[in-house]
Amino acid sequence: MSTSALPGSQGVGVRLSFLQSRLHLDGVLLTALAAVAAFGVAVLYSAFGEDWDQTRNQVIRVSFGFLALFACAQIPPRTLRRWAPWVFGVGMALLAAVMVMGVIGQGAQRWIDLGFMRFQPAELMKLALPLMLAWLLADHDIPPRPRRVMLALVLIAAPVGMIAVQPDLGTAVLVAASGFFILFLAGLGWRWILGGVAGAGAAAPLLWFFVMHDYQRARVLTFLNPENDPLGAGYHIIQSKIAIGSGGLFGKGWLNGSQAHLEFIPERHTDFVLAVVAEEFGLMGVAQLLAVYLIIVGRGLYIAARAQDNFSRLLAGSISLTFFIYVLVNAGMVSGLLPVVGLPLPLVSYGGSSLVTIMAAFGILMAIHTHRRLWS
Amino acid sequence: MSLSIRDQQQDASRIRRRIVVAGVLCILVVAGLMTQMVRLQVVDHHHYATLSQENRIKVNAIPPSRGQILDRNGAILAENRPSYQLVATPERVPDIDTMLDEVGEIIEITEAQRERFLNRLNNSRHFEALPLRTRLDEEEVAKLAVHRHRFPGLEVDARLVRHYPQGQTGSHAVGYVGRITARDLRRIDRTAYRGTNHIGKSGIEHAYEQVLHGEVGVERVETNAAGRVLRTLDRHPPRSGDDLILTLDIDLQDAAERALGDQRGAVVALDPDSGDILAMASRPHYDPNKFVRGMSRERFQELEDTGWQPLINRPIRGLYPPASTIKPFVGLAALEHDVIRPDTEIHCDGSYHVEGRDEPFRCWRDWGHGDTDFVRAVAESCNVFFYDTAFRLGIDRMSAFLEPFGFGTPTRVDTSGERSGILPNRDWKRRALGGGWYHGETVITGIGLGYFSTTPMQLARATAILANQGRIVEPRLVQTIRDGEAGHESRTAASTPQERIELNDPEHWELTTEAMRAAVEHPRGTARLIGDDLDYSLAGKTGTAQVTESREDDDEEEIPEHLRSHALFIGFAPAEDPEIAVVVVVENAEGGGGAAAAPVARAVTDVWLTEDYAFLEDLEAGRIDESEVEDEEEAPMELMP
Repeated sequence: MSTSALPGSQGVGVRLSFLQSRLHLDGVLLTALAAVAAFGVAVLYSAFGEDWDQTRNQVIRVSFGFLALFACAQIPPRTLRRWAPWVFGVGMALLAAVMVMGVIGQGAQRWIDLGFMRFQPAELMKLALPLMLAWLLADHDIPPRPRRVMLALVLIAAPVGMIAVQPDLGTAVLVAASGFFILFLAGLGWRWILGGVAGAGAAAPLLWFFVMHDYQRARVLTFLNPENDPLGAGYHIIQSKIAIGSGGLFGKGWLNGSQAHLEFIPERHTDFVLAVVAEEFGLMGVAQLLAVYLIIVGRGLYIAARAQDNFSRLLAGSISLTFFIYVLVNAGMVSGLLPVVGLPLPLVSYGGSSLVTIMAAFGILMAIHTHRRLWS
Repeated sequence: MSLSIRDQQQDASRIRRRIVVAGVLCILVVAGLMTQMVRLQVVDHHHYATLSQENRIKVNAIPPSRGQILDRNGAILAENRPSYQLVATPERVPDIDTMLDEVGEIIEITEAQRERFLNRLNNSRHFEALPLRTRLDEEEVAKLAVHRHRFPGLEVDARLVRHYPQGQTGSHAVGYVGRITARDLRRIDRTAYRGTNHIGKSGIEHAYEQVLHGEVGVERVETNAAGRVLRTLDRHPPRSGDDLILTLDIDLQDAAERALGDQRGAVVALDPDSGDILAMASRPHYDPNKFVRGMSRERFQELEDTGWQPLINRPIRGLYPPASTIKPFVGLAALEHDVIRPDTEIHCDGSYHVEGRDEPFRCWRDWGHGDTDFVRAVAESCNVFFYDTAFRLGIDRMSAFLEPFGFGTPTRVDTSGERSGILPNRDWKRRALGGGWYHGETVITGIGLGYFSTTPMQLARATAILANQGRIVEPRLVQTIRDGEAGHESRTAASTPQERIELNDPEHWELTTEAMRAAVEHPRGTARLIGDDLDYSLAGKTGTAQVTESREDDDEEEIPEHLRSHALFIGFAPAEDPEIAVVVVVENAEGGGGAAAAPVARAVTDVWLTEDYAFLEDLEAGRIDESEVEDEEEAPMELMP
């Protein structure tokens, strides 16, 4: 499918296929994404108890996602780069607006009600922050100087803080990660990174006592010992592990997951959908799904490596790694390795806005890959 | 772009190095995730598969129906009645408010009931049936059946609830069931009680719990996480509890309770031949049905607050000094040991002196009985005769003789909560109180006071042995256990011990019976009040046990109720061939044993032997003139050493 560059042609000349040059799409990514999305629809059909009406909604959303991908792929990276500060500014303004007049939903202020749909500014920030940081660091020294690193950290802290108080821990983690990945890829010194990790360790108690909400603390405690509260907060993790473990090597078969069908798995069509996958398709199914995710991330990193300027490299790398964080956090949570943080399994979980954001991000990745200049 | 190509390539390779690092990290992380998945899905697969199976399959209990309790003639004492309640399954009701309005037009639904239902609605799962009205009567059930088609989601739910058709009559003997409490849970096998809300709390209901309960049935169902039953996998039906046929005769029981009236006390009537408990009355009584429905704390307190402990099963839990009712037994002991002979006369001048004591022991009749032989001493209840007899007999021989009659040991009657009472002797005193035995204690034991205490059931058993001329019986309440399923019957181990108390001279049995007949039939007998117009011969003995130490010569009326003496009577009839042995205890009675207790016994024996209710009716109407009997006063307690 992919007929990208010949060895040694990078930086001098690029040969593009029709798919790439005319539609600005990347065959490998497109195929892998479509495969995961199709698999996701099949899993959801089972998780919904073979309810086609709800499954159809997901098909429509996935289609919207691919439209978004296609649209974003058409935007040349240069244009994106010019827009970057403005997009970030608008994103910050909307976050502030949510804080002021956000609609209350699920105890959290996350949406702006546009009348015909609800819009989550935090979703926009997932793209706006890496754009902004890539813009900030691209034209200057690689690795960045300390003053620029400090500026970047402030730019990360502001939106992440505003999202965390919404409170939307999952999205805050993702947005922060997308920003840090830019810094990491830009060659931030290991001393900075280790210092940052140490600092985070030191800040954790402060976070625990002054920032986190009770339910967030409960989640962490439950994560540490789910059996303490088997019918309360620990129930999710216990039931999820039972579903996964009972799946075994080859699973109970599609539509045959008793844990899922008898409604034992909570949030089985959203955050815990991987438990359904593991129950019905077994270890083999999980391995294959994770393999496809790795292909997607690998292809994204490859695109980043092949990109022609620092802005594109940083942006593409951050998008790929952020996508990986989705998979890591979700799979870690469902399998009991990480605390329960509300993050969907990308392309499989039922849900709209994060799907569209992810697909838009892959559109940007494709744009980076397909708008390369043939000559430099 | 102001940077040179060389710089750009340097930047590019720097970023690429980081991309490679990131890629490697990603692969490591995925490897870590896979390790966890392998752990869950391969290593611990079996464990989780089991958990998943348990998750899915729920075992539901089907409670067995509790065995019935019947009296000896088949009258129902405890049964299971269907109790109808109206339940609504919210998810199947199109519009709750409309439904409530429309049902309210058919049967009564109070505002409070409506409110309670709506409250429950908010706190329950929508597919669970919620009670809307409990205890529907037949008419309401019929009305609802007619309109059934109008109310989808409404159902009349029938459950079996324990019911005691006799109400208060026999309530102590039968006992009652109540809600299973945390304390019950600690001692029962929880699995056997799955699905059951009630458990025997007292009386037969408690003692025969295992027999009555039956075996719980199970059905395995597949459920979802919310508990909704999806389908039944298999079913193992419950086994009903066994029915119990009691030795009790509910008519005699009722007569005994009526005879006691509002007085506190106990009546035990035994068939001396078999040990069958024909009646076992305890007053005050209570309505056991109230315990089934669950008694509020206030209502329970009300019962307790009467101060007279209505829940105590007096025939087996009440401890009373036998007082003068012990005299025939002590006399028999003295006759057997040749301490007295049938014609031995002892002079009673109203008091009796014991060596080493300044104060004399008194006879209830201040001026004494004069020269008295055994028969007269029993009939007129002379204390001095028995002071002297006991003194000469000695505590060791006396207590050894009384022991086989069952004093001081539980009768092993087949109901729960029995107390054992005290047969005083040197051994007992050393163990219980320490210290040696005094002569004075022997003397007072001889008239059934001092440390002596018995339950009415013990006294009744001893009386039955007396009536049997020594054949020992064990009282029993359950005659037959009837298999709840197959219907075949098995009798309980009925008084099989055919041991006897053998006397050196069996004539002494006759003499004792003669003495007790004299108490009833002789014009000076202490129980002469009940001796008139008897259609059968009745042997009896009265007793009066002082409660307080202070002995005022004032009128009885001025002594506070709880300090008045207990009145006792033991007897059997017909004296020649006894068919009933009866014991009556009236607590804090308005008269002595002859005035307060004897008439109760006569009413019971009349009903049992001749089905004549006249005496009972006279007694209830207050037409028995008790004033003509002198109150025998037992020895004052202050004379106790």
